[in-house]
Amino acid sequence: MKKRTLVKVRNLDRLFDVSKPLLNRIIEREERKILRAVDDVSIDIEEGETFALVGESGSGKSTVAKMVVGLLPPTKGSIEIDGIDLSDKSKVKELRKLRSEIQMIFQDPFASLNPRWRVEKIIAEPIRSFSLEKNEKAIIAKVAELLTLVGLDPSDGRKFPHEFSGGQRQRICIARALASKPKFIVCDEPTSALDVSVQAQILNLMKDLQDEFSLTFLFISHDLSVVRHMANRIGVMYLGRIVEISNSKDLFENPKHPYTKMLLDAIPDLEMSGKNRNPIEGEIPNPIDPPKGCTFHPRCPFVNERCRKEIPMPIEKDGSIITCHGVEEGRIGKEQGA
Amino acid sequence: MSEILLKIKDLIVEFPTRRGLLRAVDKVSFEISKGEVLGIVGESGAGKSLTGAAIIGLLEPPGRIGGGEIIFDGQRIDNLSDEQMRPLRGKRIAMIFQDPLTSLNPLYRIGEQLVETIQTHLSMDNKQARIRAIELLDEVGIPAPETRIDAYPHQFSGGMRQRVVIALALAGEPDLIIADEPTTALDVSVQAQIISLLKNLCKERGTAIMLITHDMGVIAETADRMAVMYSGQIAEIGKTYDLIRNPKHPYSVGLMGSIPAIKGDVKRLVQIPGSMPRLNNIPKGCSFNPRCEKVFEPCYIKRSPLIDVGNSSVACWLYDEEYKGAKKK
Repeated sequence: MKKRTLVKVRNLDRLFDVSKPLLNRIIEREERKILRAVDDVSIDIEEGETFALVGESGSGKSTVAKMVVGLLPPTKGSIEIDGIDLSDKSKVKELRKLRSEIQMIFQDPFASLNPRWRVEKIIAEPIRSFSLEKNEKAIIAKVAELLTLVGLDPSDGRKFPHEFSGGQRQRICIARALASKPKFIVCDEPTSALDVSVQAQILNLMKDLQDEFSLTFLFISHDLSVVRHMANRIGVMYLGRIVEISNSKDLFENPKHPYTKMLLDAIPDLEMSGKNRNPIEGEIPNPIDPPKGCTFHPRCPFVNERCRKEIPMPIEKDGSIITCHGVEEGRIGKEQGA
Repeated sequence: MSEILLKIKDLIVEFPTRRGLLRAVDKVSFEISKGEVLGIVGESGAGKSLTGAAIIGLLEPPGRIGGGEIIFDGQRIDNLSDEQMRPLRGKRIAMIFQDPLTSLNPLYRIGEQLVETIQTHLSMDNKQARIRAIELLDEVGIPAPETRIDAYPHQFSGGMRQRVVIALALAGEPDLIIADEPTTALDVSVQAQIISLLKNLCKERGTAIMLITHDMGVIAETADRMAVMYSGQIAEIGKTYDLIRNPKHPYSVGLMGSIPAIKGDVKRLVQIPGSMPRLNNIPKGCSFNPRCEKVFEPCYIKRSPLIDVGNSSVACWLYDEEYKGAKKK
């Protein structure tokens, strides 16, 4: 059964100008410095699924998330949600409606709630700004309903954010995200500031809400075990590019891209099977001056001449999308299949 | 059992406030043998870091040690003055902090910071100390240490900085390193590098580590024994393998279950309802009783002492002989 594609991201690029001010550049004879945070990213997210982006810090996951919700304009490429192009300025009305259907949950629940507003005002803000309820009474009822939904008490609405713990604040953020009846929620590391036991509560809550309201999630995380638990499909990012997109199960059981393999090898072994972790060699390179050819080649054990020169293109293989010369040529994948 | 390096008995850390004394660490006892890695896990606010800070004498006032003993290598150290503590701190007990960015001085070159530390603890002239500093950087795996020694901290990446911090901790050739969340600020791939580095260094030198973290995976790989802390108390302490494979305290069980597994599909994570009590509102009896599934009468009256069960010690009445019959019904 093929589901409808809700989010369609095509050839997304985002550049950041990180050069010094003009005068400094002239005096110091420096060139403009451009940071390519996101490079040719294409993603399809089906309705009702959880698509996860993983990668190390600096790989461009959060930049993609911000562009998808419209917080950052893309330098190039297009984002289509529910059939409407986000950059299409002619469809003002549709866009306004669409924006109420896209919400975001941020990483730090301490920074993403206004400390001077009462919780009820925070949660009611999307309802008011999109005029979703007719009168004040209906708004209050809706806020109480949302608070109950995320496991808080309606009376908590009178409190200020500082009166809540990290996990409870993240629940408030979720309630606010749900307030405008969204279809699509972008979650940028929603649990990385939380303790494991609280993380479990929030992840369970998010799964329950997804079932109840048939939500679509774009889930950003660096924690592979959380991603394994939440996502249907996973995209692995490295230096602004997607190196592999696979089903969650395939990715963990049969990773194809050498970087994915390395990431999986680096997961701490909780099973205590006695196997040693293979630490990944080296670190993520400086994105201002990325390596030529495949950006992963300095750390890749399967590197050859072509990898150093030519940028690999995404290819489809066994239901996954891989960006690797080695996989394309069949060099990688043989030896581990044996 | 090998020689005991550090012994902590009924340690209390408290904070005097206007509304009375708050006990952040409540009668914690454990031992660390020479060359052993003891992992301490728990949620934020469980008192892990304060226990570490109390040992090395770095409690921030108004926090203070309110009772108990800390015995390091046969010497009682919890009542020493700053002056008396100085030869121990950094030299025999070193500390690695969570954030490698703030534990290095941004205005001094890496080398200057290392040389300063080396000369504080060992009598060496500048030249010798510099040679030693290069050796240390080499040991912690920094490439081309001869040139990198003159770099500033901002020229290093997070993982590299944490390596420098480890080199600093090793400078005095300590017997015990207290590592407070050494890998939390790092990416998984770099985390693996740092953990294997710490592990190998300690194996080679016979240094004991007290590893404070909330990351169970890190403990599983590194620690010989581990302790689970909950609201200032030890809930369970034992061999890492036993504790992870077969946790006994209901809190440890919940904690292990709440970690998403890499293998196999779990529909729902085990969740412990509620959250850790605030310090001014710790329930009577066992502090875990409001969240515990297996709670029964004695839990409300008195907190259980650590009871030996197999290789572990568990602070839970479920394992008390007297109540063995009671829990079954």
